Amino acid sequence: MTRQKRSHHKLKRAVAPYLYLSPSLLIIGLLMLLPMVTVIAYSFQNSAVLRRDPSFAGLKHYQAIFDDPVFWASLWHTLYFTCMSVVFHMTIGMIFALMLNSDRINPMLRNILRVLYILPWLFTAVIIAVIWRLLLEPNGVVNSILMQIGIIGSKVEWFSSPETALHAVTFANIWAGYPLFMVSLLAGLQGIPKDFYEAADIDGAKAYQKLIFITIPMLMPIIISISLLDFIWTMQVFPLIWITTGGGPIYSTEVLSTYTYKLAFSSYNLSQASASAVVILLISLGLTLFYIRYQKAR
Amino acid sequence: MRKRHTPKDRLITVALHVALAAGLFFAAFPIYWMLSSSFKSNTEIFALPPTILPKAFTLEAYAAILGDPVKLRFFFNSYFVAGAVTVLTVLIALMAAYGFSRFNFRGKGSLNTLIISTQTIPPITLLIPFFGLVVSYGIFDTYVALILTYLVFTLPYAILLMTGYLNTLPRDLDEAVAVDGGTSWTALWRVIVPISLPGIVATAVYTFLLCWNEFLFALTLTKSTSMRTVPIGIQLLMGQHAFEWNQMMAMSVLGSLPLLLIYLVAQRYFLAGMTAGSVK
Repeated sequence: MTRQKRSHHKLKRAVAPYLYLSPSLLIIGLLMLLPMVTVIAYSFQNSAVLRRDPSFAGLKHYQAIFDDPVFWASLWHTLYFTCMSVVFHMTIGMIFALMLNSDRINPMLRNILRVLYILPWLFTAVIIAVIWRLLLEPNGVVNSILMQIGIIGSKVEWFSSPETALHAVTFANIWAGYPLFMVSLLAGLQGIPKDFYEAADIDGAKAYQKLIFITIPMLMPIIISISLLDFIWTMQVFPLIWITTGGGPIYSTEVLSTYTYKLAFSSYNLSQASASAVVILLISLGLTLFYIRYQKAR
Repeated sequence: MRKRHTPKDRLITVALHVALAAGLFFAAFPIYWMLSSSFKSNTEIFALPPTILPKAFTLEAYAAILGDPVKLRFFFNSYFVAGAVTVLTVLIALMAAYGFSRFNFRGKGSLNTLIISTQTIPPITLLIPFFGLVVSYGIFDTYVALILTYLVFTLPYAILLMTGYLNTLPRDLDEAVAVDGGTSWTALWRVIVPISLPGIVATAVYTFLLCWNEFLFALTLTKSTSMRTVPIGIQLLMGQHAFEWNQMMAMSVLGSLPLLLIYLVAQRYFLAGMTAGSVK
């Protein structure tokens, strides 16, 4: 190669990665970063989107949101819904993974059960919502079974009474989400070296001691990273709640996403909705920074 | 080796199987109930006591769905949008992943972090500016609006998934192309793509799934019945005739078929796609 050719080649090599990345960066930049800037701008404008020359509103819309008791109720419901979901996703996922990993069950049974236990994962949120509405209908099968065995005395309107609605949607979400933990933990369990357990056996360790001192510490990285991701994603849940209760009755299941959606597309108060969307973004970003730091530290 | 003949040991094994059965009931009963209700008449669904197997097995709910062009259109829209986004995502992500995997360049680390962090941006935050953009560009209620918005959510994950896969392939392969005087572009399409099929399938499966399930943007960025996708169709069905539960269940079964089939046929790719981001 001549020197000119070689430097030409070098230049190509230097530019190439940017060319390969350009379509992705263009899409992410124009359709993700720019809209994020836009929504922040909207939150400081009066009648954003609806007027061509919106006036500057300062922090007015943030003030309005923080003065709104429904916002604080939504924040609390989101927190309850999310924490309960993550804790139970983890617990159920862990129990199922440990059971499936036991050498006391027949390998064929194990494979069949593994497929069946994953089932809830294969259904989209809307379908999960519809299934649980059918199951929890006042005249539905759950009430009928619970009355038969005497747990409840009369028909409960799970999704339409303010006392039970939040618990009911949380339960449906717990059912829908544990397989991510189960699958990840099962993969993690299979990665723990067998010698650890053999060494513990020689020392006469009991089953629960092996669980506490070997299994759980070895699975900790997976537990923490999935919990964080699950927390971030569950906080953003919209369709499940939208279809089962729509945030009602009397705001008892209103979460940040339904609260924001209603502000934007029922009241057409897009400025205030933007302020609320920015609050959600900030919470998510905080958690994401935490997640990325944790991933890098590993 | 473990001794398994003591009574205590046998008791543990029995207890484990009882717990497994309880777990199975918890996981599968709601789905079984959807399936069995879709074969019942609407009156039988709320019969007391509930009938576990359909007493009068009927396909009327399926006939009602499949015979209605409006509902078939929901399915067409879902397949079309999900298919288009999948093809575009795989092509674009493949190129980006190749850039990340085979080149060192200024800003690589921060771009990678940027892409990881975009995965957790709340959809509701982007919804309002998207609505503004889509209306002002006159693409409200079109396929283009859905395809563009879905791309934003599928790309980051697809790039990470593909980069992870390409990193496992030996570099000598594409370097051989360079020695022969070929460009990196030729190397990508002639050498890398043919051996990356498992990674491409996992990415495609994951992307398709994400699009098939999407609700919020389809709800907000489309309006006419002919532009609605399956999830919105199910919700509309609930509003129209609140008591046609058997049709709602039949539509849910039909709406779940693609994912169930993908899962059964390509379980490995499915799980690879669903867990890659969280385990690695």
